[in-house]
Amino acid sequence: MQIDFKHNQSAHCENGVVSNLMRHNGFEVSEPMVFGIGSGLLFSYLPFLKVDHAPVFTYRIIPGLIFKRFAKRVGVKIKKEKFKDPKVAKTRLDENLAKNNPVGLQVGVYNLVYFPDEYRFHFNAHNMVVYGKENDRYLISDPVIEHVTSLSEKELEKVRFAKGAFAPKGHMYYPVSFPKTLDLEKAIVKGIKQTSKDMLAPVPIVGVKAIRWVVKNIRKWPKKIGTKKTNHYLGQIVRMQEEIGTGGGGFRYIYAAFLQEASKILNNNQLSEMSKEMTNIGDLWRDFALDASRIYKNRSSETDGYNKIADQLENIANLEEAFFKKLKKLV
Amino acid sequence: MKKEEVPQDESKLETANIREVYYALDENGEYTTELSTGWDPKTIALNNALDQIKERVENAKLRVLKNQTSALEYYMELHKMDVSILASYVGFWQWQVKRHFKPAVFQKLGLKKLQKYADVFGVSIEELKNIKG
Repeated sequence: MQIDFKHNQSAHCENGVVSNLMRHNGFEVSEPMVFGIGSGLLFSYLPFLKVDHAPVFTYRIIPGLIFKRFAKRVGVKIKKEKFKDPKVAKTRLDENLAKNNPVGLQVGVYNLVYFPDEYRFHFNAHNMVVYGKENDRYLISDPVIEHVTSLSEKELEKVRFAKGAFAPKGHMYYPVSFPKTLDLEKAIVKGIKQTSKDMLAPVPIVGVKAIRWVVKNIRKWPKKIGTKKTNHYLGQIVRMQEEIGTGGGGFRYIYAAFLQEASKILNNNQLSEMSKEMTNIGDLWRDFALDASRIYKNRSSETDGYNKIADQLENIANLEEAFFKKLKKLV
Repeated sequence: MKKEEVPQDESKLETANIREVYYALDENGEYTTELSTGWDPKTIALNNALDQIKERVENAKLRVLKNQTSALEYYMELHKMDVSILASYVGFWQWQVKRHFKPAVFQKLGLKKLQKYADVFGVSIEELKNIKG
């Protein structure tokens, strides 16, 4: 049994699942639109939380929140289910497929067999759509992969019940009711306001302030924790910024694409100018990643290099602060 | 970034036939998507991270052979886990897992507990007890 489902590749899995499920239900919503309305953009630094023996840096809000905010802002109702028992989780999935209902699943990446080994880490907030079952294999639309694929019952159970941080617990979700027409205008304004507020939040672990905290630490790290660990941390920053799913430049390009689309919908030319500014900021994040990679590639220990990339990051923090102060007033 | 600037460097993604989506500007300044085979700066970052894991695995192996830790720590590193992830997979507390790292405690571990670890690591109890030196 196979549901007629159109697979579109996206940069990020959560946006992609939402965008594909919306399209399946007759609403044409792009990936950047989902990301912008869901206020996906962020910067956050969590030095007390370690992944792969390095602190957590993230360029987006926590998993699941994009969909939640997007649905609320456009008036879509979502049904979410989590399970203790894998058998019940499987039965509920099969029931939905039998009803011709493609569903979103949260899964762990470590046991996802179609990913290259090198990319399989214990990351539990990946998303995919299951759109059918043939010969005991589930048909999978994974938004970050070009083409559709499939998993055996056992393989799917393993990734649905991955353990560790953000354990999915079989998490399954799908939209159940829609408004007659999507009121994107209001949703866009809400999305932009929230992102501006988040990025300018007066807390050290979020937004522009968090970028500045990282700047301070990059200057201190070589002396405090040694160059080897510093380089490992820098590598972690670059990986989080550019790993599969960000669309380049730590989601800044996706956000610029959103602002460009929003300027047309709201008929607001200034937003299109802001889109250009955000593209420039994205380019600066890329330059930062390139220069950081030069440091850990050469394993050079001259502190000048560290100070130089810290300067670059400080410049980005200043630009993003000015950017969101301005953006907030335009909607 | 312009569409033609989207990097097409070699990476491990190609081996699995995966290309990833970038958002970039076309010749008219309109946003569009473009597929990328990889970008060197992040390939280097990923390779460095993988080298560190290898180092941790080798280090754990040495300590197992010197009887300073149990094979569980070796398998944990091999599976890119840390104590908290391993504990949640086997359903023990973190302090219990750390205790099982002690060679003397590990030697006396019951079959039921050993089987739990063996299942998580996808090996037999025999392999769990004797890592290849």
